Amino acid sequence: MSHSAPAMGKRPSTLRGATLPKWSPWAIAAGAVVLAVVIGLVGGLDSKVQWGLIAGILFVLGTYGIAARVEGRRQAKDRVATSLVWVCFLIAVVPLASLIWTTVKRGVKVFDIYFLTHSMGVVADSEPGGGIYHAIIGTLEQVGLATLIAAPIGVLTAVYLVEYGRGKLSTAITFFVDVMTGIPSIVAGLFILSLMLILDLEPFGFAGSLALAILMMPVVVRSTEEMLKLVPNELREASLALGVPKWRTILKVVLPTSIGGITTGVMLAVARITGETAPVLLLVWGTNFINTNPFSGAQASLPLYIYQQYANSAGSNAAYDRAWAAALALIAFVMILNMVARGIARWKAPKTGR
Amino acid sequence: MAKRIDVSGLTAYYGSHKAIEDISMTVEPRSVTAFIGPSGCGKSTFLRTLNRMHEVTPGGRVEGKVLLDDEDLYGHGIDPVAVRRTIGMVFQRPNPFPTMSIFDNVAAGLRLNGSYKKSELNDVVEKSLKGANLWNEVKDRLNKPGSGLSGGQQQRLCIARAIAVEPQVLLMDEPCSALDPISTLAIEDLIGELKERFTIVIVTHNMQQAARVSDRTAFFNLSAVGQPGRLIEIDDTERIFSNPSVQATEDYISGRFG
Amino acid sequence: MDISTQNTDEAPPPTSQPSAALQKRASRGATRPGDRIFLGLSRGSGIFLLVIMAAIAVFLTYRASLAISKDHGNFLTTFEWNTNTIPPVFGIAVLAFGTVVSSIIAMALAVPVAVAIALFITHYAPRRLSGPVAYVIDLLAAVPSIVYGLWGALVLVPHMNGLFGWLDKYFGWTGIFSWQGGAPRSMLTVSILLAIMILPIITNVSREVFRQVPQMHEEAALALGATRWEVIRMSVLPFGRSGVISASMLGLGRALGETMAVATVLSPTFDINASLLDPGGGTFAQNIASKFGEATADGRDALIASGLVLFVITLLVNGAARVIIARRAEYSGANA
Repeated sequence: MSHSAPAMGKRPSTLRGATLPKWSPWAIAAGAVVLAVVIGLVGGLDSKVQWGLIAGILFVLGTYGIAARVEGRRQAKDRVATSLVWVCFLIAVVPLASLIWTTVKRGVKVFDIYFLTHSMGVVADSEPGGGIYHAIIGTLEQVGLATLIAAPIGVLTAVYLVEYGRGKLSTAITFFVDVMTGIPSIVAGLFILSLMLILDLEPFGFAGSLALAILMMPVVVRSTEEMLKLVPNELREASLALGVPKWRTILKVVLPTSIGGITTGVMLAVARITGETAPVLLLVWGTNFINTNPFSGAQASLPLYIYQQYANSAGSNAAYDRAWAAALALIAFVMILNMVARGIARWKAPKTGR
Repeated sequence: MAKRIDVSGLTAYYGSHKAIEDISMTVEPRSVTAFIGPSGCGKSTFLRTLNRMHEVTPGGRVEGKVLLDDEDLYGHGIDPVAVRRTIGMVFQRPNPFPTMSIFDNVAAGLRLNGSYKKSELNDVVEKSLKGANLWNEVKDRLNKPGSGLSGGQQQRLCIARAIAVEPQVLLMDEPCSALDPISTLAIEDLIGELKERFTIVIVTHNMQQAARVSDRTAFFNLSAVGQPGRLIEIDDTERIFSNPSVQATEDYISGRFG
Repeated sequence: MDISTQNTDEAPPPTSQPSAALQKRASRGATRPGDRIFLGLSRGSGIFLLVIMAAIAVFLTYRASLAISKDHGNFLTTFEWNTNTIPPVFGIAVLAFGTVVSSIIAMALAVPVAVAIALFITHYAPRRLSGPVAYVIDLLAAVPSIVYGLWGALVLVPHMNGLFGWLDKYFGWTGIFSWQGGAPRSMLTVSILLAIMILPIITNVSREVFRQVPQMHEEAALALGATRWEVIRMSVLPFGRSGVISASMLGLGRALGETMAVATVLSPTFDINASLLDPGGGTFAQNIASKFGEATADGRDALIASGLVLFVITLLVNGAARVIIARRAEYSGANA
């Protein structure tokens, strides 16, 4: 019992520890903010971000000091961890909220039907007017073609891995799907570019689709694999026991059971490649005119449009406005895809008994 | 070391669902009290209210009083962390910290409460492992991970971990339900030894076990599914198993339901 | 022992054993034309993926070797990128330095914050807040990088002036934080923007890992009288450590290959600058995007060569992440 003596000595035999009142974190936070404002005014710091950082630091230090004095060291550490976690959360919220807020605020300026239905064909980059019609066409065609290539290949590969795959081949495929997931988009672009250099081709929309398909395939394989693994084996066996051939079992039982999850995975992959700029920059080149043929001639694309409005306009406000509006359109498209996909996932989720 | 627990009018909720209602009882120091009853009658919930673990579950809250030698665990200004240090707990499934060695597992609670000299730690770890009848089996591999032990050894490791901080009370939530008969026997023997030093409360599904290890037995029941669990009666174990005062207890013990 | 059997009962049935049985049946009955076609199609798709990977490696290496053979500088050490001159002189030293430094700083900034946010969602936030926060951060992971780039160039860059002035005033003596007052389109700004970009993905993966910490490990710590922070340190962080590491590697991979956000924010020069605050430096991906427009055929091959190096670096990072994940699988398998 002798060893327990120090522990008992530190903590009063009663269970009652001195505790700070419930409102104390708020009070310390308020104090930190006030103090930070004072320091900011006196010190002549003009950036509000710095005020915020000082307030955060004061909050954490203040919490530790006060809690250590009243509640003891362990409790103080606990409170510091809590306050640090909150401060980190708030620090992270600021840029992410600012991103969304700025895009919406500056995007709505020129975002209207006219903007959606006109190209940049007769508008100089520094002039107001024009729109993203040609870019939307380009993006839809490029992403659509990429999906047509990548989705079937990705789903079939996943089917192979889950339903047939044993041995070295499937191990190799699994490994390289992982590797493929990590390929930077610009490297995928360079790969297609090297083919184009060999074949001596000019930029065109479908070249971009090929690069996007490379980026999309591993994502589809991964998500489809996960979904197929959730299909209970009893279902497969029940169907096989009825004498249904394996390929029909897969087509009629396995895939329909997991179709919700597969759709979600494909949609998330589509959302991801829709925002890819780098390969499109290398392979599709961009244009101010409407080009509906993805197999011939340069095309525009929404993310590329944003970049070119920003980079080629020498600081013209009209171009920046268009860039923000296009960014708003792109974010809206990607977000809607994401929300719908997640909705489908929730709605169609196989009941796994969790 | 050991303290008396006095519960009065205790009701516990999960969100809006009332899990147990209006329970009052006294747990004697240096004795083993067993909680028995059918599944879902709230005996585990009640056990978890005794060291304020119930409120860890989302939506969990408690009304009523739990006095530990005259001090209300739910009183104003009581620190739940101090309560849990004073009232140790052993769980249904052995849960040693998987990344820690056997030694570190036993020392974990002590290290929380301040810095110890290595020799002090060594002493406490050895004494606790001996107390849990595990010392001879693990003394040569104290630095190996605790997850490498068998299920029964892991459970005794968890008991060693719990008694290392010298709690007043030891709560055991079906400590043998995941173990084989031989490990179960080892734990039951251990409980018999531990009651010399601690107040022990044990939840068990196994009535023979309750009859073997406990001095007093409390029978819990619920009137219908979805209704809160209640304490039917608490008495000396011998009396509960031979001549209970409530009919439902007798029905349960003789296997007529549950 | 008991536990592992119980686990298999609860988890969705593992496909391995029953499917192996199915497979045997299939190979016996694979004479059916439908089965043969379907197996051929799905196996063909898998093989096609392998062919693509091989083709990427082969074609990049081929074009890169063309470029390097014409290079009159040293490809690894030359501090120049003049591909349009005769003879061309170029090297990747500056790009490798810029890419690695910006990504590592981004990681150092993002990982602690991401872990904190993940803990916030799983352990600290009130329940009414944690669900929506998790959902929003999920969505933010999908925001295209070009939008981060636009925001970085037009919103973040002007905001950096204050911070840069402050850093220069107090830490300028280190050399790393000295600032000559140019536009803050520098490596540090790039790193901060990259950190903001990879924050959601690291947060999401870490959050999933923390959520999987078995309740019983946390209760073990609680029952010993641990405070919330001590519970996290004793059971949540050790359990989640390898998951967090692989999440960080994932973020690192993204940061290494990020093109547009760097291209919009950085004002590149082709040299290595001791100061993180003065404009200058460059990264592989940014250099490709910026130099591509003016590059001749040989210049494009040179860019492809630099892309090949980037490819190899990201492969190494992803490989490391895989090794860590595999170890984690072994580890949790032993304790399941």
